[in-house]
Amino acid sequence: MSAAAEQKQKIKTIVITRFDPDKDDGRRTEEYQVPVDEDWKVLDAINYIKDELDPSVSHRWSCRMAVCGSCGMMVNGEPTLTCKTALKDYPDRVEIEPLANFPVVRDLVVDLDGFMDKFKKVKPWIVRAKEEAAKEDFNEKGTYSQSPEQLATFKQFSMCINCMLCYSACPVVANEPEFLGPAAIALGHRYNLDSRDEGNDERNDIFRDEGTVFSCSFANECSEVCPKKVDPAGAVNQAKFGAVIDWAKGFVVPRGGK
Amino acid sequence: MIEVSLHDIVIVGGGAAGLRAAIAAAEADPSASIGLVSKVYPMRSHTVSAEGGAAAVARDDDNLEMHGYDTVKGSDFLGDQNVIEYFVEEAPKELALLENWGCPWSRNEDGTVATRAFGGMTVKRTWYAADKVGFHMLHSLFQHSMRFDNIVRYDEFFVTKLLIEDGRACGVASLDIRTGEMKAILGRAVVIASGGAGKVFPFTTNGMIKTGDGMSLAYRAGVALKDMEFVQYHPTGLPGTGILITEATRGEGGYLRNSEGARFLVEYDYGVGTKAELGPRDMISRAIIQEFEAGRGVPDRFGEHANLDLTHLGEEKIMARLPFVRELAKTYVGVDPVYEPIPIRPVVHYMMGGIDTDITAGTSIPGLYAAGEVACASLNGANRLGSNSLTECLVFGASAGLNALKFSKDTGDGNEAQLTAQAQEEEARIEALRGSKNGEERISHVRRDLNTAMEEGCGVYRKQDTMQACVEAVDQIKARVSQLELEDSSKVFNTEVIAALELVAMVDVAEALVNSAVLRKESRGAHTCRDFPTRDDQNYLHHSVAYYQPGARPRIDKKEVALGHWEPEERKY
Ligand SMILES: Cc1cc2nc3c(=O)[nH]c(=O)nc-3n(C[C@H](O)[C@H](O)[C@H](O)COP(=O)(O)OP(=O)(O)OC[C@H]3O[C@@H](n4cnc5c(N)ncnc54)[C@H](O)[C@@H]3O)c2cc1C
Ligand code: FES
Repeated sequence: MSAAAEQKQKIKTIVITRFDPDKDDGRRTEEYQVPVDEDWKVLDAINYIKDELDPSVSHRWSCRMAVCGSCGMMVNGEPTLTCKTALKDYPDRVEIEPLANFPVVRDLVVDLDGFMDKFKKVKPWIVRAKEEAAKEDFNEKGTYSQSPEQLATFKQFSMCINCMLCYSACPVVANEPEFLGPAAIALGHRYNLDSRDEGNDERNDIFRDEGTVFSCSFANECSEVCPKKVDPAGAVNQAKFGAVIDWAKGFVVPRGGK
Repeated sequence: MIEVSLHDIVIVGGGAAGLRAAIAAAEADPSASIGLVSKVYPMRSHTVSAEGGAAAVARDDDNLEMHGYDTVKGSDFLGDQNVIEYFVEEAPKELALLENWGCPWSRNEDGTVATRAFGGMTVKRTWYAADKVGFHMLHSLFQHSMRFDNIVRYDEFFVTKLLIEDGRACGVASLDIRTGEMKAILGRAVVIASGGAGKVFPFTTNGMIKTGDGMSLAYRAGVALKDMEFVQYHPTGLPGTGILITEATRGEGGYLRNSEGARFLVEYDYGVGTKAELGPRDMISRAIIQEFEAGRGVPDRFGEHANLDLTHLGEEKIMARLPFVRELAKTYVGVDPVYEPIPIRPVVHYMMGGIDTDITAGTSIPGLYAAGEVACASLNGANRLGSNSLTECLVFGASAGLNALKFSKDTGDGNEAQLTAQAQEEEARIEALRGSKNGEERISHVRRDLNTAMEEGCGVYRKQDTMQACVEAVDQIKARVSQLELEDSSKVFNTEVIAALELVAMVDVAEALVNSAVLRKESRGAHTCRDFPTRDDQNYLHHSVAYYQPGARPRIDKKEVALGHWEPEERKY
């Protein structure tokens, strides 16, 4: 390393919340002095600790390009995608905890079982009123016709990377375990808006009943932390509206032509 | 006793290839039980990072013959021609199916699916969903897979060994990362779809999980690794991190420029107009290195780079077609491509080689199939064309799933006691590895040294003496792997023990790779040897197959290339 580069190198105190159910009664913290590079993201500091200082730190990551959704954590109290967030923007002491509102498996790793169940509940796939006919249609015609405008109606809500920051930020998730939560509702809503789909009533039933979309208090925290600008709060609000209208009308407009 | 679960077939990997295999089998037989094992939640698989697109004939000015020819020429004639023909035929149906399953492909005004230009493809045949194609494909597949109750997922389970009985694949031993418990997941056929191995190199577009585990599993079970010397360097990675900037940037009209601002690719004879930027990846990566060597690189803190210029495309087009590229450039190099060029340099991207499979996705072990980047069906030969591999995951994922299912019907159950005993041995091995002190070697340092050796020995340009030095360096690293010191003795989510297992896999991949490379005394596709600068069909128009030999370097054999449709010719663009 050149002298100039050396000079630029700063030391930051990284405080990691530790919890190992095999050994610890409860959460504790551990501090590490990390020589940081000006280009680093928060994740780089955790990887440095893992590689050079303490191989027992457990965390999830993979793509390091803000698309796999693995590396969400609380950084100085805020839900953060750690591979996307520059370390230099933080003060000299950075506290890293597991995402809030989830049970902790170990250290920075949280339990996603609950989310995976909710994810499946909203039927995140193309529902056709007549499944067999749809298969025959495929053999005959191949792809559905969908205009760029039809695509644009749902595209934004299809951009969710399941990083779970929105669940950590959501005041309702914290108190109501049944609430489907921002990402799952946005996903269901994404399929409701897709011109190829005919599953609105099934999903709206779920939204209205067990999924309790109406619990959302429109705090908008979810959209504020979303690293992909999916705007789950917008989706939840539209979904509420859709669920009411659908219920009131008792029918859906025919859709899904090839 | 360890826990045992029984399925008809077991799939290792939840990326595009593994999910497609699972859906194919689940749909073909709703009564069959499909075990899907993945070391990360499926939507975290590295397919998620693919940006540019997936190729299949879609337009009137295109046809299967042209897609086939582009592919075989791209492969520098090392692709198996029967495999290529099968692939181009199946490709359009597979991408259309994905459309029916909800993939938000970008559209033309008339509502049909849009296609874009890609390197080495003579016609616009690359389907895209803006510049997040892998993300949308993976999420569509994963979400669609949830409708099948007969797909039983094992998320965050790490496969440590193939369970073989009587020469037949009968399941996997798998570590539940969350609990640290070993589990025997048994089936009458196994599909490996565990992805590539870019992490063998230090500077790569690949994520942390791409450590070649599946290659190692098959290699240690006696299956050959084929054509491992062919490593694709993508021309445009971000300096420092190696994050990919997709070829679609050039497909949409971007230019590469050297330190003098010149569009140097025009000089390298890949054609005129934007076509100059759409040569195949092996050639463009070499051109960039030649520019560096001629003193026309732009110096930076990591060495030097060339510039990818999109400024003439304008903000509207960039936001419509390449929004993720803009986000990546801003976040990771602080450059807004609407106004400034993006610094880029060649970066390790894709393994053409892998588990030796045939046109059915089958291997030399009955009941064992492989698909996706982990496999080498010989579609890609010595150089893959961009956007063929996502489609490959679908085409060969589907056939792996269906053929594994068929195999499972025609065969009886393995001997459960015998297979469980094997998994039990695995449990003991992992138990001994946790917190073990066999020496003083730190995992991250051995991995770093392996990375350095591979970069020095197996770069864009290779030399006999540096490859030989790399062979020896890998020997030494292999010895160090048995002297690791592990500090974490806990069972729950112990990622250190996973890192140790991944390191072993990476060393296996590295040894197969460099020992194959050193024997190929020619230049073909991505394998460019300074001492032998031309292609030599007389002596080297064959695949390399590497066999594992305990305690020794691998044995490297030759295997015939399937020719017949296209006559090998000089590869000019
Ligand atoms: C940045 C980038 C961009 C790309 N862009 C394109 C593109 O535009 N077009 C194109 O055609 N190709 C592209 N490629 C290549 C293409 O994306 C990959 O080749 C393809 O996605 C590989 O898919 P896969 O299913 O084989 O493996 P992966 O998606 O890597 O999935 C591997 C799976 O195996 C599992 N696994 C691995 N090891 C184990 C183990 N030991 N135990 C249990 N599970 C395990 C993982 O958990 C994962 O689920 C790109 C690649 C990269 C890196
Ligand atoms: S590591 Fe993939 S999103 Fe951060």
